Amino acid sequence: MAVCIAVIAKENYPLYIRSVPTQGELKFHYTVHTSLDVVEEKISGVGKALADQRELYLGLLYPTEDYKVYGYMTNSKVKFVIVVDSSNTSLRDNEIRSMFRKLHNSFTDVMCNPFYNPGDPIQSKAFDSIVSTMMVQAF
Amino acid sequence: MSPAQWDLPPELCCRPMAFVALTGLDVVYNAIHRAIWDAFCTNRRADRVPISFKVLPGDHEYPKCRTKRTSYEWYIPKGILKTGWMNKHLNLVPALVVLFYELDWDDPQWKEKQSECATKVEIVRTSLQGRNTKVAVVLIQKKTPLPPGEDLVASERASALCGACDLSGKSLFVLPHTDHLVGYIIRLENAFYEHAQTYYYNEIRRVKSHKEFLNKTTHQLLFVRHQFKMGFFSELKQDTQNALKYYRTAYSLVHELRAHETNMLEIKTMAGFINYKICRLCFQHNTPLDAIAQFRKHIDLCKKKIGSAELAFEHTAWMSKQFQSFGDLFDEAIKLGLTAIQTQNPGFYYQQAAYYAQERKQQAGQLCSHEPGVGYPAPDPLETPTGALDFYGQRPWRQGHQSIDPPDSEKEKQGILALQVKERDVLHSELIIALLSNAVAQFKKYKCPRMKSHLMVQMGEEYYHAKDYTKALKLLDYVMCDYRTERWWSLLTSILSTALKCSYLMGQVKDYITYSMELVGRASILPEEQKSRIEKNLIKVLMNEVPEPEPDCDPASVKMAQSLWSDRISLAGNNEFTIEVQDYVPFVQCKAKFLYPSFHIDEPVQLHVYVRADCPHPVRFSKLCVSLSNQEYNQYCLLEDASKEQDILEPSTQENMCLVPGKTRKYCFKFVAKTEDVGKKIEITSVGLMLGRETARYVYLNWRGGWGDAASSHETLQASRSFKRRTRLPEQQLDWDTVTIQSSTMIISRVPKISVQLTHEPPALTNEMYCMIVTIQSEEDTVAKDIKLTAGLKPGQDANLTQSTQITLNGSEVCDDSHPALLPDIPLGDLQPGQKIVKPLYIHCVSTGSRILLFHVAYSVSATVEGKDITCKCHKDETVTLETVVPFEVAMKFVSSKFEHLERVFVDIPFLLMMDILSASPWPIELVNSEVQLASSMTAIDQPQSQVEGVTLQTSECASECFLLKCPPVQNGTSTVASGHYFISWKR
Repeated sequence: MAVCIAVIAKENYPLYIRSVPTQGELKFHYTVHTSLDVVEEKISGVGKALADQRELYLGLLYPTEDYKVYGYMTNSKVKFVIVVDSSNTSLRDNEIRSMFRKLHNSFTDVMCNPFYNPGDPIQSKAFDSIVSTMMVQAF
Repeated sequence: MSPAQWDLPPELCCRPMAFVALTGLDVVYNAIHRAIWDAFCTNRRADRVPISFKVLPGDHEYPKCRTKRTSYEWYIPKGILKTGWMNKHLNLVPALVVLFYELDWDDPQWKEKQSECATKVEIVRTSLQGRNTKVAVVLIQKKTPLPPGEDLVASERASALCGACDLSGKSLFVLPHTDHLVGYIIRLENAFYEHAQTYYYNEIRRVKSHKEFLNKTTHQLLFVRHQFKMGFFSELKQDTQNALKYYRTAYSLVHELRAHETNMLEIKTMAGFINYKICRLCFQHNTPLDAIAQFRKHIDLCKKKIGSAELAFEHTAWMSKQFQSFGDLFDEAIKLGLTAIQTQNPGFYYQQAAYYAQERKQQAGQLCSHEPGVGYPAPDPLETPTGALDFYGQRPWRQGHQSIDPPDSEKEKQGILALQVKERDVLHSELIIALLSNAVAQFKKYKCPRMKSHLMVQMGEEYYHAKDYTKALKLLDYVMCDYRTERWWSLLTSILSTALKCSYLMGQVKDYITYSMELVGRASILPEEQKSRIEKNLIKVLMNEVPEPEPDCDPASVKMAQSLWSDRISLAGNNEFTIEVQDYVPFVQCKAKFLYPSFHIDEPVQLHVYVRADCPHPVRFSKLCVSLSNQEYNQYCLLEDASKEQDILEPSTQENMCLVPGKTRKYCFKFVAKTEDVGKKIEITSVGLMLGRETARYVYLNWRGGWGDAASSHETLQASRSFKRRTRLPEQQLDWDTVTIQSSTMIISRVPKISVQLTHEPPALTNEMYCMIVTIQSEEDTVAKDIKLTAGLKPGQDANLTQSTQITLNGSEVCDDSHPALLPDIPLGDLQPGQKIVKPLYIHCVSTGSRILLFHVAYSVSATVEGKDITCKCHKDETVTLETVVPFEVAMKFVSSKFEHLERVFVDIPFLLMMDILSASPWPIELVNSEVQLASSMTAIDQPQSQVEGVTLQTSECASECFLLKCPPVQNGTSTVASGHYFISWKR
């Protein structure tokens, strides 16, 4: 289960960030922000070698001592970042992928909302509840 | 203990090399010996064998060898590894002692010298009693030796010497000091190296042989010690593969040790040492992934081994050092050619080291904040009889103690207190900053700009904690713009808050104002009450008062800051600041626009400035000024506060110069453009808004181009994309997003009130003087002065048309080439209201085709705009496209008097010249006259009179006439002759 989930706009500013309230929110913002370095590097590499591949999952971006940061990028270059606790070793790659897929589906629904202006912060109850299901439940 | 207590010992970090001692060399007074020593120790490049040489006197005392233990049965080890052991084998106990002795084979005093040499060898041997160190003898000879086997005396005396010294033949060497010294030395050292390897091989076997005597209950520490020693000896032997094997075993053994609070530090210290060795060797073997895996394992195993809770900072200090050392190893390997990647580079380890250093600082803060009365305990529990520890990682007050409980709880308490007091004096911030700056350098190299910024923020915050506000502010200010351009407001707000504290504590007025303006505005995510507090402080600063201190600041620093701020009040001057808004997101937004993209000179130019504030409380400004590209207009676009009282704290919402949060205010300016600006563009170069008072302190917000700060362009884009229907706002209120930008306008001339009519009958006929009547009628209310007509071929058409078109005012004669294609500025005088002028013009077109003619009427008229009298220049253009066609075609033929067609004419025989004129003009053409002018070769028989004179030809009608001619005789038979010219005068 994630400790932080973020949606980042094409221009790299946050559209949505939610983290577990127990640990410093700011720290997660920094973690997500710094992970964009790796995302940029990865997508610049993908552009060259694997242009035809439609793989949206970017895999493990970087491991820190306490967290693992995973990335995903939609075709419109919107990025999803999921941060999980390093101690959570039971979480498999497949599960991370399915979390991203769920997130992507919900994000697509947000985008389909005619009242949502792409590029604005996401304020959707439906999206919120999907994110909630993927977050570590606060005690 | 110094802060360096966590540093790894240098003997651990160096690359172990075989130790060979050289004796019998007098390197100070003997030039030959000096040369030999230099040859050994200089130029030790990688291709030479790894030996560390040392010159020692012949009677040097080597460390005593303890008597060999015959049984381990009653032996209980006191620790894992003695602190002196590594140094002993690197620098004190040689693998080989080489005795240099000057002796030639044919020395006259051979016998005496031989026995002297034997004595010297004996002295060395005695000193090395009990050690397996080898001894070798090198004879320094003056003569070049003969090839082996040829010098019988030599081989005989060599074996005698070996016998006397109890040496094997392999340990006796000859060194002739001739030309090839270095070559001999290299051969010698290779031989020494072999001896040294044998020595270390035997040492490894010796240590290994202890194993059978050990039992697992009492000798656990020895298992680790022996494996470590074997690893170290293998390294000395340059057998790094086996060294790695031994170290790995040692590593797993060290974690099998029974760990408790009293020996935790010793276990971690040794684990750290062994881990360091393993990682180092893995990098050396070019298997960096193994090194990383080992390090990860090491950290995972040790992370939770905190040990004594009262000394928790020791654990974090140790953890920090582990990461730092690994980072150093990694970085060193990169310098030797290893390639690192973005997600796996030394920066991560330095970053983590910094993180643990921060933890350490925090724990130290919690654990070491004793009452002021608590001093350093006496006697010093950290003092040891030798000044150093016997074993690595033990407590000075209970060395060698290996049972679970401390032997003396009072001593333990004192010891812990001593360590805590020491820790209090550690400059944690310095350590943290050094590590962070290492990490920054790495992340810069591996293309991680955001990580770099993040670390720089941490550095800045650490400087802030260390009270170095100048450096803190420098770093924070440097990275701020990255977060601003990437629109990470949460992070920007946090950085700005720290920066605001720094600028407050330093009494930096401009920075304080700048950061406050941004923290109060829309880019800040601070809660409303914080914004409100900051805004109130900002207003105080603008009134030249001392602001309230920022929360959570160091009380001593606050005191200093308050006096700094009060000094600022009395300081005259330096109280005006300009902030270039495009670099920030301040709490006031501005958009300036011209009402229209162009204005006629006889109407006032209108300019609107929209201003909006996002702060929690209404704010008053004292000046709003617009700068335009023509600065003469600036005076008309200025709004100044007339009242000069200092009442900016109580803004009344009705006032014109008060900005109410969230409401857009519009300020209208108008001015009359100067007549010389007709045809020019006027641009808004900037809009300035003054907050504060000239009498106290004020700041100018300057919007270059009249709008926009660091966040505006994105907001404008989002607003333009939005499908949201604008909510209807009550009267007088504006939706900010709907205000568009028009930052420049054109000044264009006044609309002419005049009519220009052209009367003519197209098409024009070639060569005709085509008449065009221009009628100009004034519809002005006042007199139109100085009317000037420019008429003719419109410039910019085919160049040939200029040659074939002429225009004139005089229709009575046909134009020639001297007439221009365009008649400029024909003065027509003044024109009273309603009056008209009729002006005929004649155009002479030499060629057919269409051409565009231009009739440009310019005049000036007086007008009054906004009570100002100006003279406006007006002009009106009329153009017309004129077709030119051929009026008629002329054909001629020769016929006989019987009207028969003639191919040729004969001398003296009369013939007829027939002329046919076929009209092609749409208009009737009147032939005024026609005339034949004959050449000399032809004569007319009767009077050649025009027969078509006065005939009018309708379209496609034909007129013909004939002339009776003959040719006078010619000189030479047949020839071609000219007939003459035929002229037709015509008009339409």
